[in-house]
Amino acid sequence: MSIRVGFASRSSRIGMAASAVALVVLAAAPFWGGRDDLQLLSQIYTYVALASLWNLLAGYAGLVSVGQQAYVGLGAYLLFGFAILGGVPPLWSIPLAGVIAALTAIPVAALVFRLRGHYFAIGTWIIAEVFRLIASQVSVLGGGSGTSLPAHIVLAIASTRQLRDFLVYWIALALVVVILALIVLLLRSRYGLALKAIRDSELAAACNGIDVQRTKVLVYIFTAFGTAMVGALIFFQRLRVSPDSAFSVNDWTAFVIFITVIGGIGRIEGPIIGTVVFFALRQTLADLGTIYLLMLGAVAIVVMLAAPKGIWGLIVERFGWQIFPLERTVVRDTGSAGAAKRA
Amino acid sequence: MNSPILALDKVSKHFGAIVIADGIDLALSEGEALGIIGPNGAGKTTLFGIVSGTVAPDSGRVLYAGRDITHISPAQRCTIGIGRSFQVPLPFAGMSVFENLVVAAAFGGRRREREVYQGCMDILDRCGLGEKANRRAGSLTLIDRKRLELARALATDPRVLLLDEVAGGLTERECHVLIGLIADIRRSGVSIIWIEHVVHALLASVDRLLVLHNGAFIAAGDPHTVIKSPAVMEIYMGIETDV
Ligand SMILES: Nc1ncnc2c1ncn2[C@@H]1O[C@H](COP(=O)(O)OP(=O)(O)OP(=O)(O)O)[C@@H](O)[C@H]1O
Ligand SMILES: [Mg+2]
Repeated sequence: MSIRVGFASRSSRIGMAASAVALVVLAAAPFWGGRDDLQLLSQIYTYVALASLWNLLAGYAGLVSVGQQAYVGLGAYLLFGFAILGGVPPLWSIPLAGVIAALTAIPVAALVFRLRGHYFAIGTWIIAEVFRLIASQVSVLGGGSGTSLPAHIVLAIASTRQLRDFLVYWIALALVVVILALIVLLLRSRYGLALKAIRDSELAAACNGIDVQRTKVLVYIFTAFGTAMVGALIFFQRLRVSPDSAFSVNDWTAFVIFITVIGGIGRIEGPIIGTVVFFALRQTLADLGTIYLLMLGAVAIVVMLAAPKGIWGLIVERFGWQIFPLERTVVRDTGSAGAAKRA
Repeated sequence: MNSPILALDKVSKHFGAIVIADGIDLALSEGEALGIIGPNGAGKTTLFGIVSGTVAPDSGRVLYAGRDITHISPAQRCTIGIGRSFQVPLPFAGMSVFENLVVAAAFGGRRREREVYQGCMDILDRCGLGEKANRRAGSLTLIDRKRLELARALATDPRVLLLDEVAGGLTERECHVLIGLIADIRRSGVSIIWIEHVVHALLASVDRLLVLHNGAFIAAGDPHTVIKSPAVMEIYMGIETDV
């Protein structure tokens, strides 16, 4: 009796179909939405991307970094630097920033991976602060007060403002799709098996032949690559960069942790659900000022008490759903009739 | 006897005042099955930690196939042939039972993922988990988690298999099945160290029995002789004359 192994399940087939429809609708947003809608959606995409990357790091590899703003800011500054000093088109700068950030992450990893637990978290934060201080010393990029993308570079992207808006929107959508696709491919690979095993039990992973430390370093580098690309994109949208905004621990780490934790850490769907909840709260409560932040805190506490594995964790426990086909399912071929045919 | 597949050489380990091992020697021959018993907290599980690399000994050496492995990582020890089950099961709870085995076979056995599928399924069938291959490991009962521990350790394709209390909680019939499975594993040439409180399962399976107490093996030899020895009676009757 032979067996077959596939990834798809009923819920993932529905999930993928729904995702495809959503993708088409979202790609057409410039034709049905206004300028504000596009901006809001772009922001949502960047948070989905940032949170998905942080989730990979903290949720799967157990690396709780509170310093990912280091790579958001690095990406942003690389984009501005390339454009202003080298005349590199911003579109090219985005992947380039990713590659350089990945290379930068190698020596940084050598440093922070000497630290464990809380010390690792604090170490990453300190590294981000160092990055911020360095950025504020670069006088050609405006030093501490930052700089804007020169008009001629902005104009070179597209001739009209509307076209530019569309283009930036599509790039944001493309980037989040690429990052999610990379994460799905990663998690489906041999490497993803190791990551999921590490997520569930580091001790058992090590005793089953997985080089835990090496896997973690590689995830750290990959995350830096993605995070810097998102950072470059965010500040490309804003057309202005400053050390405080680019290396903000609040915007690029605190909110991202909130999103991942309430959505469901260690699950690829978690950050997506979490981002939707976060923006729904923000859109409805933002007028309340400081109370809004208190409300976010309250929501986080309630979710952590009622559903420690987040909203998606609760759903998985109850229904076993997966939106993305990540889990290997094995089917026995009974030989006859091909009754067990799989997609 | 030819040189042992696994050996401990004057291994010592203390946790503060607790003595786990006080210059212990141990030699496991290729193909041999060794049972270890001892009172709760004697340090049996910790010894497995020392062999599998998750616990560093204070002094002494661990030798595998003649090579000093005292300082190599748990992952490497697994890939060169030391497979371990955990007394308190540590399943990859968010993954399916089948994926748990694929991890062990692909990484522990250093093979390509596709090549291990069939073998993993065979092992699951042998361990009584075949019908639960697609279940999330986190949803298994304790007994099934223990079965998964055994199956996963087997999937790493070990030359030395360390089993830590895999028989506890089984019914008489299930225990019988387990004894048959262990005999099968032995026939395939795997050497075994088995820690177990279910003594009759050990007596039916092992060539030699060791008794760990106060950091030393206080009795060793033929299982049926050892189990009836005064030293063992003393410990298990609780009338030990402790230090
Ligand atoms: N990491 C540790 N730090 C301190 N003490 C420990 C540690 N691990 C185990 N111990 C202690 O060492 C002793 C031996 O534990 P171990 O689990 O090895 O015993 P055991 O023989 O397997 O017992 P059991 O039969 O109950 O499984 C216990 O008293 C335990 O509390
Ligand atoms: Mg024990």
